Amino acid sequence: MGAALEIRNLHVNVAETGESILRGVDLTIKQGEIHALMGPNGSGKSTLANVLLGNPAYEVTAGQIIFDGKELLEMEPDERSRAGLFLAFQYPVSIPGVTVANFLRQALNARMKAQDPGSKGIPVPQFARLLRSKMDQLEMDHSFAGRYLNEGFSGGEKKRAEILQMATLDPKIAILDETDSGLDIDALRIVSEGVNSLKGPDLGVLVITHYQRILNYIAPQFVHVMFRGRIVENGGPELALKLEETGYDWIREKYEVTE
Amino acid sequence: MVVVRRRPGAAVAPGYTQANVEALSAAHDEPQWLLESRLMAWDIYDDLPMPSPQDEEWRRTDYRSIRWDEADKLIEANGANVQTVPAANLEPLVGSGEGGTMIFVDGKLVKYEFAPTMADQGIIFQDLRTAARDHAELVRKNLMTRAVKTTDGKFAALHGALWTHGVFLYVPHGKAAELPFHVVMYNSQPGASLGHVLIVLDEASQATVQVEYASAQADTHSAYIGATELLVGDGGNLKYVALQDWNRESYEFSHQRARIGRDANLDWVIGVMGSRLTKAYLELELDGIGANGRMSGFFFADHNQMFDLDTQQNHNAALTTSDLLYKGAAKDHARTLWQGMIKSQPDMQKIDGFQACRNMLLSDTARMDAIPGLEIEADDVRCSHAATFGTLEQEPVFYLMSRGIPRPEAELMVIEGFFDELLDRIPFERVKERLQASVEGKIVG
Repeated sequence: MGAALEIRNLHVNVAETGESILRGVDLTIKQGEIHALMGPNGSGKSTLANVLLGNPAYEVTAGQIIFDGKELLEMEPDERSRAGLFLAFQYPVSIPGVTVANFLRQALNARMKAQDPGSKGIPVPQFARLLRSKMDQLEMDHSFAGRYLNEGFSGGEKKRAEILQMATLDPKIAILDETDSGLDIDALRIVSEGVNSLKGPDLGVLVITHYQRILNYIAPQFVHVMFRGRIVENGGPELALKLEETGYDWIREKYEVTE
Repeated sequence: MVVVRRRPGAAVAPGYTQANVEALSAAHDEPQWLLESRLMAWDIYDDLPMPSPQDEEWRRTDYRSIRWDEADKLIEANGANVQTVPAANLEPLVGSGEGGTMIFVDGKLVKYEFAPTMADQGIIFQDLRTAARDHAELVRKNLMTRAVKTTDGKFAALHGALWTHGVFLYVPHGKAAELPFHVVMYNSQPGASLGHVLIVLDEASQATVQVEYASAQADTHSAYIGATELLVGDGGNLKYVALQDWNRESYEFSHQRARIGRDANLDWVIGVMGSRLTKAYLELELDGIGANGRMSGFFFADHNQMFDLDTQQNHNAALTTSDLLYKGAAKDHARTLWQGMIKSQPDMQKIDGFQACRNMLLSDTARMDAIPGLEIEADDVRCSHAATFGTLEQEPVFYLMSRGIPRPEAELMVIEGFFDELLDRIPFERVKERLQASVEGKIVG
């Protein structure tokens, strides 16, 4: 049976201010499924993505997350990653002095060492071949490997670098947080093709987006709408199309009153 | 000399006398001119008071914890040989061989190699004392006359009077030393050492030099009172790397100055890792039109270390450029201070000077200060400075962790990344790797 990510009644505050962001989120994503999480800006979508990976900027006040049978909230961010969870960040930070290649090799080696403490890690030639083939797939110039991570990258380059990491780390469940934002149509196509090439029975994807646009490339089976920290609508691809046509006003009207 | 006692056994100044100077010079059978120059320096030393916290340059750096009664004992070679030197310091800089190698242990030259291809070009690479005999005119003309002067301060004067050992490199007109020169000054015993580096590049010549300072662990105090003189003639090109890793009971007081001629270039990298306290003056004199100097420095202070790096970029001619980037980290109770000054002489137009000091504080109890300064007396110039302070940011650490990298490694990567830009300026890959490892040691240790 494939791995599942089960989010149950999740409540989250901003750690520093105590401001409540998520107010009871329920969502289950299984390997092999493609989900879309939509919603107006500020509804809590990115917060959910960050909480799933354990960003210390947020504090979980109630609820539970089970990933592949394990209590996710008790795991450190690195353990979550090694367990097969991946987040393509909306705003990846730049890390001066750390090259893309060095970083990805360390990430792979950390996986190998976690499984076998005596592991010497991936041999350099094998890693170089792997990285080159993944970069080719994403139409990335090989010089990318030697650049400092996200330092001076354009918006599109950052997003491609995120998908490159996803392709290299081979997760069970991947969350794409607004990966389409700021991309021109060519970059969107390349990034989407990259994601699609990874799709299959072993990969579950949660596409977080404000717009329908990326869903034309990465077709979801399930669509969820988040508003004010809760998932308020669940449906199929038709729900995304409806939002594309009508916008989020009806969501606001329907659920604002319940506040 | 009157030695003021603060408490029994605690001297406020080294206990040297003129007899020490005479004895040192006689022991090495030095030429008369050298003895005379030492005695002149002694007179200056004798006249000057010890620096005190009332002096502006010393206001933030209280070195008075030094026990001079231990630290002033001039180290004498006791037969320790090259085998006492850590393997890392002995490792060649590049695989293709070195132009010359000099290893000093306790001030004594214990290993000396000089490639015949270099000697054939008329390049001189000798220990300073031998050079003072064999090439008296050349040494006499340049030793503490043009760059570091005995009048620069108490410790510069003391150095002039009592320097114990040194290296002399001379590259004649139009010659390029294609292989690097490698000098190690290692002390196996505690006490005082006064090492000198004198590099003279004649017109349109070129060289790359790395000097490493280190010492064995000791329970008693040591003093290193050093001078570095880099003289780059018109059209010359010098790459100079100096790495310091004294033991934690050592106090360094050093004067380092470079003079750059017309259209000449200096690429000057320093690394400060060791010592209990370091007070270094690092000064760039851009003398010729079109002279360029790049000063790069990295430092990492931990435990109770105190580093005080005092830099100057002096634009003494038009169309000169200088670019300084120092990057440091401090943890535990360590303190660091960088004071930088860019100066231009009046009416030196079209100069371009930049200085930046970037600091990473790794504990709440460490303290880092950076004081940039500009004194510009011309109007058509481009000079700017920057000083930044940060801590280890959690956002990049989280990002790396979210890819499966455990926290300790993630933190290491971010801190090493901070230094990478500087370590990249070291022209030797192996040395860069060694320094990465020592940065790692400090982070983890």
